[in-house]
Amino acid sequence: MNGSTITPAVTAPPGGGGAMPRSQRAHASVPQFTNSPTMIVMVGLPARGKTYISKKLTRYLNWIGVPTKVFNVGQYRREAVQTYKNFEFFRPDNEEAMKIRKACALSALKDVSIYFTEDHGQVAVFDATNTTCERREVILSFAKENGYKVFFVESICDDPEIIAENIKQVKLSSPDYVNCDKEEAVADFLKRIECYKVTYVPLDDDRDRNLSYIKIFNVGSRYLVNRVQDHIQSRIVYYLMNIHVTPRTIYLCRHGESELNLLGRIGGDSGLSPRGNRFAAGLGKYIRSQCIPDLKIWTSHMKRTIQTAEAVGTTYEQWKALNEIDAGVCEEMTYEEIQEHFPEEFALRDQDKYRYRYPKGESYEDLVQRLEPVIMELERQENVLVVCHQAVMRCLLAYFLDKSADELPYLKCPLHTVLKLTPVAYGCKVESVFLNVEAVNTHRDRPVNVSVDRDAEDALVTVPDHI
Amino acid sequence: MTRELTQNKIQKIWIPSKDDKPAMPRKAGGGPHLANPPTVIVMVGLPARGKTYISRKLTRYLNWVGMPTKVFNVGEYRREAVKHYSSYDFFKSDNKEAVQIREQCALAALRDVKIYLTELGGQVAVFDATNTTRDRRDMILDFGAENGFKIFFIESICEDPNVIATNIMEVKVSCPDYQDCNKTDAMEDFQKRIECYRVNYQPLDPDDYDRNLSFIKVIDVGRRFLVNRIQDHIQSRIVYYLMNIHVQPRSIYLCRHGESQHNLQGRLGGDSGLSTRGRKFAGALAKFVEEQNLKDLKVWTSQLRRSIQTAEALDVPYEQWKALNEIDAGVCEEMTYEEVRERYPEEFSLRDQDKYYYRYPTGESYQDLVQRVEPVIMELERQENVLVICHQAVMRCLLAYFLDKSADEMPYLKCPLHTVLKLTPVAYGCKVESISLNVEAVNTHRDRPEEIKRVPGTLIRRNSVTPLTSHEPTKKPRIDALDDPSIPELTPAPLTFCASTNSSLTLTTQTHCVPLPESHVGAAVSENLKRCASESHDIPQLCQ
Repeated sequence: MNGSTITPAVTAPPGGGGAMPRSQRAHASVPQFTNSPTMIVMVGLPARGKTYISKKLTRYLNWIGVPTKVFNVGQYRREAVQTYKNFEFFRPDNEEAMKIRKACALSALKDVSIYFTEDHGQVAVFDATNTTCERREVILSFAKENGYKVFFVESICDDPEIIAENIKQVKLSSPDYVNCDKEEAVADFLKRIECYKVTYVPLDDDRDRNLSYIKIFNVGSRYLVNRVQDHIQSRIVYYLMNIHVTPRTIYLCRHGESELNLLGRIGGDSGLSPRGNRFAAGLGKYIRSQCIPDLKIWTSHMKRTIQTAEAVGTTYEQWKALNEIDAGVCEEMTYEEIQEHFPEEFALRDQDKYRYRYPKGESYEDLVQRLEPVIMELERQENVLVVCHQAVMRCLLAYFLDKSADELPYLKCPLHTVLKLTPVAYGCKVESVFLNVEAVNTHRDRPVNVSVDRDAEDALVTVPDHI
Repeated sequence: MTRELTQNKIQKIWIPSKDDKPAMPRKAGGGPHLANPPTVIVMVGLPARGKTYISRKLTRYLNWVGMPTKVFNVGEYRREAVKHYSSYDFFKSDNKEAVQIREQCALAALRDVKIYLTELGGQVAVFDATNTTRDRRDMILDFGAENGFKIFFIESICEDPNVIATNIMEVKVSCPDYQDCNKTDAMEDFQKRIECYRVNYQPLDPDDYDRNLSFIKVIDVGRRFLVNRIQDHIQSRIVYYLMNIHVQPRSIYLCRHGESQHNLQGRLGGDSGLSTRGRKFAGALAKFVEEQNLKDLKVWTSQLRRSIQTAEALDVPYEQWKALNEIDAGVCEEMTYEEVRERYPEEFSLRDQDKYYYRYPTGESYQDLVQRVEPVIMELERQENVLVICHQAVMRCLLAYFLDKSADEMPYLKCPLHTVLKLTPVAYGCKVESISLNVEAVNTHRDRPEEIKRVPGTLIRRNSVTPLTSHEPTKKPRIDALDDPSIPELTPAPLTFCASTNSSLTLTTQTHCVPLPESHVGAAVSENLKRCASESHDIPQLCQ
């Protein structure tokens, strides 16, 4: 039923569990299988994708509800040493620099500790080269002292083309090289890599046999996985094995305007309005004009998305997981009717739209769990068009654009607008394409007054117009 | 321009009108079709490395999630061809006659793989044999290329003598090959058998010879994995599954919440609390759990009140999963069956026609449930001792996974209130003990109505193990083109494993269905290799 009035006892944590209380918030739909906090420790020469992996993994973990943060030692170094001169800083015989670099690492570790103990973090990604046994020993001791689990992610790559591409994409624009010309920057960076190579000791199958780690070879053509300890490490491995770096585009849009949209009613399973049909035709045209090779099209099981996809003319796959959020007892009501029949529920939803679950329905938080297999498969795929629904699209968008749980339910996903997402550098480029067919606005902003005692006028002030 | 859509009546899936055949379930409705060319999973490894264990478990999982999969165990074909196993000498690499037979067996199995994948609707075939030489694997790769099948190798590597010895004791010593031997002799012979293979064993070589193949090496029972070139979704799911399973002894307890207020009224769904008897059951459950005296029992519930109230009585920490909530009966929520029959007579009848695929209007089907509950299964595989307090339909789904029940059987599995099912992995399967906690409750089970005929063309997922005696319409001689008289064609014999000749799981309080091998071959073990021009059609039961 609903989670907002019945609060089952959040039960006592099992024995142990380090510094953190086990997080089973009353409304979460899936147990958070994390007891001890976990440190993910990146390992690898520069330009092997460690920061790319760190950021992407962090974005994924946060999206599924595991509080995660990246600690990039390079940033600490840039703080400590305001201007970067050249690769000489990284020479293994540069004693002064070595001292600074070690201090930066320790400072980052201290912040990891604070993140776990004071900020309720669950996973910390320690993003640095960590290429020597000695450095890894320091980290392991630190973790052991504090009761943190450690999982190493090592990226190994010898393909000079991949390295060159990485340098081009993310190093040239780094603050370190802000005043250099391209060729100089590349030359310097390559020498920087050589400095690390001298002392690089990869994780060893024998010596490190008791550690938990994954080695990624050549951007994912091969993996070596050792001693996965728990659920979160297993999920991390699965995620890492599904992501790729092949250029591709993801198109997100909603179904065309539906009959119920016109009436200002939520949910249901109605068909497209005449304008919705025009949008569907326009979508078909747009997609064909994009000349996308091998485009996969995904819809939900609801009539309005399928009708929309039909107009594109190619085969599509239906996912029940892409169905709109279930509004439970409020299905097919207008916001005015919800205010009339369930004023308290309506206010509670405005108080915490992410976690609020409709009576006999779902919350955004439930949606995220439901959509996780879709995200996983989107990561595996290349060019995909996803025709879905407002709340669903907000969830997917929040994943790609790294939006927080607070922002997610208020992301703007208007009808008849296609969002074109292209991975670039460490993030995602978004282009919004309005297909020039008018539609109602279905976006309801958070009103100022969210108190359960508010009057109807205050509650309905942000409801968009409808018939 | 846009095609008209209609909603097919059983699965409530919108499809273009011209495709609609009323009440006919589509083959794979719940999730997208994420596997296109069929896949052959090829096991690799010395004997007693868990290949058959992995084959069967993986197949059970894939079938349960809706991917038609079947195991083809070459050892079974060999036992068919060579009725009496004499000794490890059969496996010596210089035993030319035997080598030929073994190759013919492999070819026969591959032929059946092809039929399964091209004519019988199979999606994945698991080729369970040692496949320890490059020659053999090259032959399989050629077979795959010729037929457009993807090939994925699973190699199991283990050199821990304790693990090997345990495996031999658990599944080899009681195998048909050794049914006339004592345990020590059997163990000794088997060890020598392993040595025969070891001589020619060429493990997969990721650095050079096999660098372009797709495979996973499972090392030391899952301590380590080497994964090379995953091609697609199904291989990725297989790898994830293999990395989550373990062989630690443990027990899984499944039960429903205590009897609820709605149960008393015969109402579906809803979120009512426990009745008096339900509360009594919760107390009895607490006592039962204590008596089991388990270290580290995890307790999981759904997010519905009746399940949580039951767990509360245990006075131990528990975790809530929304995924364990009862099947959503949509517009029929909180109705009695009589009310459903009255207000939605057509829906009522459609559900009885195909209970697995049938989706309640605005609700769910068993097929949807399987998708929903899959993460729970994955986590159950990772865990050790767990008690899952859930609901009738959900429990049927979970039980069907553990006991390898088909989609057809699943909605009719008997999961009565106030009864705990204790599942313990044993050999290749799962032992089930049914424990009634002696608190009366209403019966909520509805059998498949007699008058409903099977709708033609309804997809029925077969069980995943390939008994040679399966009821397939076309039987071919398994071995051909040998000099000696050919082996006569098999006629179907009754399936006798696991007492599943009834479609519903009948629970008793006895230990249920341990897949124990039996053999009807009475002849004494002879020193020489005897080829059987078989008189009898009593097929030795599966070496499970």
